[in-house]
Amino acid sequence: MSPDPHKAKVVMSIQGLAESRIGVSTETLLRVEDLRLHFGTTKGVLRAVDGVNFELEKNHALVILGESGCGKSSLARALLRLLPRNVQTYTGRIFVDDLDIMTLDDERFRREVRWVKISFVPQAAMNALNPVVRVGDQVAEPLMIHSGLGKEGAWQSAQEMLQRVGLPADFLRRYPFELSGGMRQRTALAMALVTRPQLVVLDEPTSALDVLTQANIMNVLKEIRREFKTSFILITHDVATSSELADRVAVMYAGQIVELSDAARFFREPLHPYSQKLMASVPRLRDDKKLEFIPGEPPSLLSPPLGCRFAPRCPRRFERCDEEPPVIEVKDGRQVKCWLYEEEVSSSESLVSSSQPES
Amino acid sequence: MTMSENSQLEIRNSKLGEEVLLSVKELGTEFELRRWVFGRAGFVRAVDGVSFELKRGEAIAVVGESGCGKSSLARTILGLYRPAHGEVVFEGKNLAGLSGKDLRWYRSQVGYVQQDPYGALPPFMSVRRILEEPLIVNGAGTRTERERRIHEGLEEVRLTPVQDFLPKFPHMLSGGQQQRVVIARAMILRPKLLVADEPVSMLDASVRVEILELLHGLQQRHDLGVIYITHDLSSVRHFSDRVFVMYAAKIIEKAAVRELIHNPLHPYTRALLEAIPDPDAENAATLKAVPPGEPPSLVQPPSGCRFHPRCQEFMKGLCEVKDPPEFEPRPGHFAMCWLYDKTP
Repeated sequence: MSPDPHKAKVVMSIQGLAESRIGVSTETLLRVEDLRLHFGTTKGVLRAVDGVNFELEKNHALVILGESGCGKSSLARALLRLLPRNVQTYTGRIFVDDLDIMTLDDERFRREVRWVKISFVPQAAMNALNPVVRVGDQVAEPLMIHSGLGKEGAWQSAQEMLQRVGLPADFLRRYPFELSGGMRQRTALAMALVTRPQLVVLDEPTSALDVLTQANIMNVLKEIRREFKTSFILITHDVATSSELADRVAVMYAGQIVELSDAARFFREPLHPYSQKLMASVPRLRDDKKLEFIPGEPPSLLSPPLGCRFAPRCPRRFERCDEEPPVIEVKDGRQVKCWLYEEEVSSSESLVSSSQPES
Repeated sequence: MTMSENSQLEIRNSKLGEEVLLSVKELGTEFELRRWVFGRAGFVRAVDGVSFELKRGEAIAVVGESGCGKSSLARTILGLYRPAHGEVVFEGKNLAGLSGKDLRWYRSQVGYVQQDPYGALPPFMSVRRILEEPLIVNGAGTRTERERRIHEGLEEVRLTPVQDFLPKFPHMLSGGQQQRVVIARAMILRPKLLVADEPVSMLDASVRVEILELLHGLQQRHDLGVIYITHDLSSVRHFSDRVFVMYAAKIIEKAAVRELIHNPLHPYTRALLEAIPDPDAENAATLKAVPPGEPPSLVQPPSGCRFHPRCQEFMKGLCEVKDPPEFEPRPGHFAMCWLYDKTP
């Protein structure tokens, strides 16, 4: 029951979308420096996020690409400070609009950051809606808490937001079990957007959905982004879907970002051997290319390899890989954590990215 | 390291025997909906009027969205659900007439690879025990004979060194390794038909290819008929010869894989292909064309063609009235759509 018959026909090229991707604004919204999140487990310290650095500009979308167990969901939770009890280390700096949110206490973080500046669509959010609370109350709740709106006003805004994500207004009165998976995912999206945050972190927003529903949700995200100038961090293992939204791509492996690059260049020519192998393993519908796979398995985050963490599986491994590679900035502003690019260093061991060149 | 190329597939196609392994005729699977205890509230028609033939050694893929009935089709073919209409004929024997020893024979001839490998493996059994069980049940050989077959089975799915894996329990294995055990178990009685229901959808991209390649290798080595059920059209081309597209309990299009991808005929198939992205940064600049609405309820499917409420090519007075039969607009390419009705 999609109310958007207008986007049924022809693939539309959206002017605003194309412009926003070129990076009209290069103002930094989010800067993450040396973020670490380690968990204490009975087997030892699990280094889920181990020294992550990146920047995100306003109205940009960063895709964090990685396979299961690489720490990408932990990264999302670290950004929102939604942590389990067994956290052992949680350090680093996270600047949102030059405010270091790591220094805030939990109460201020809740009041000023979570759902105000950054909101979150967790993995399987569509299954996390409260089954006995009407959709309208659930979508309006963050507004009543953070904006101090009364129920009437909050419901009004909730209704507008539901319509923005493509659900009819009368859905406010429905319960989650009356909705299909795609509709519930839209509801979760509306919940994240209703307070108009500057940044939305999406953890695998489409991975449990069907192809057509997936395409629909990605359409909604593109439109939202054009309209509200929201920034997105999209966490996914699905390379093909990630290309639907990405301005920049960060590839994560064993708790670290091994490559950070603008999307256009990344999808054409990935640099890190892991990224190359990952891209070569993606089946393409319109291409007869031979598929490859990566032998072996990702390392345990309890005791990651000492040098480069991908070295044990890497086809281009050499002696140098026994040492941990620095983040190397290659000449076109892309970053890669691999010794192969050592000669190409323009500014060595730069940990903070420069803003992305225009593509 | 790499998948077999399409050219090889084509050569193999021409060598395919003409011998029919499995024939499905007008198959229908229904589930009764009950109101309270005795009252009937209707039927869910999960599979409706599905017919096809599978030749010995042929791999077909069934593609569809969740809830379209593709898993019900698989389970009906496996004999886990009793068909409400139509028949499943395997090597000339009608499945409905089988019982006791014959049914056991049938089950030894078809292997089943489930979607969730961890859920499919009993957590309290070691790999050795998991693989030995079907052999014991079917009375296959002496202890040493069984041991030999277990070893062969594990080597075939490349879980080596075998001795390391035999005593392990499912939770000690990675997802990819678990799925290999499931495949080894499905293959241990040397079946002629393998039904793989979303065998790789729970696995990471880099492992998927490995498992698909493994299945492909098994198929070629053992001249195995394979029914590969998936929602992922882009993985189909690397594996199967023909592909069937399922929508709302019916197979609405059948074609060779490349033919389907380059020449989709049914409006639903076209929409599906349109929605599948290939990794390309240009995707971000465009919106995808998506048919409005959602797949229909299988309790009361729409009249006429089941796709008509969402269809761009909807022809009033025809599509919502009459159920389209199967047309063959191009040789070997079938579509259930009135667009291809050439009779005046």
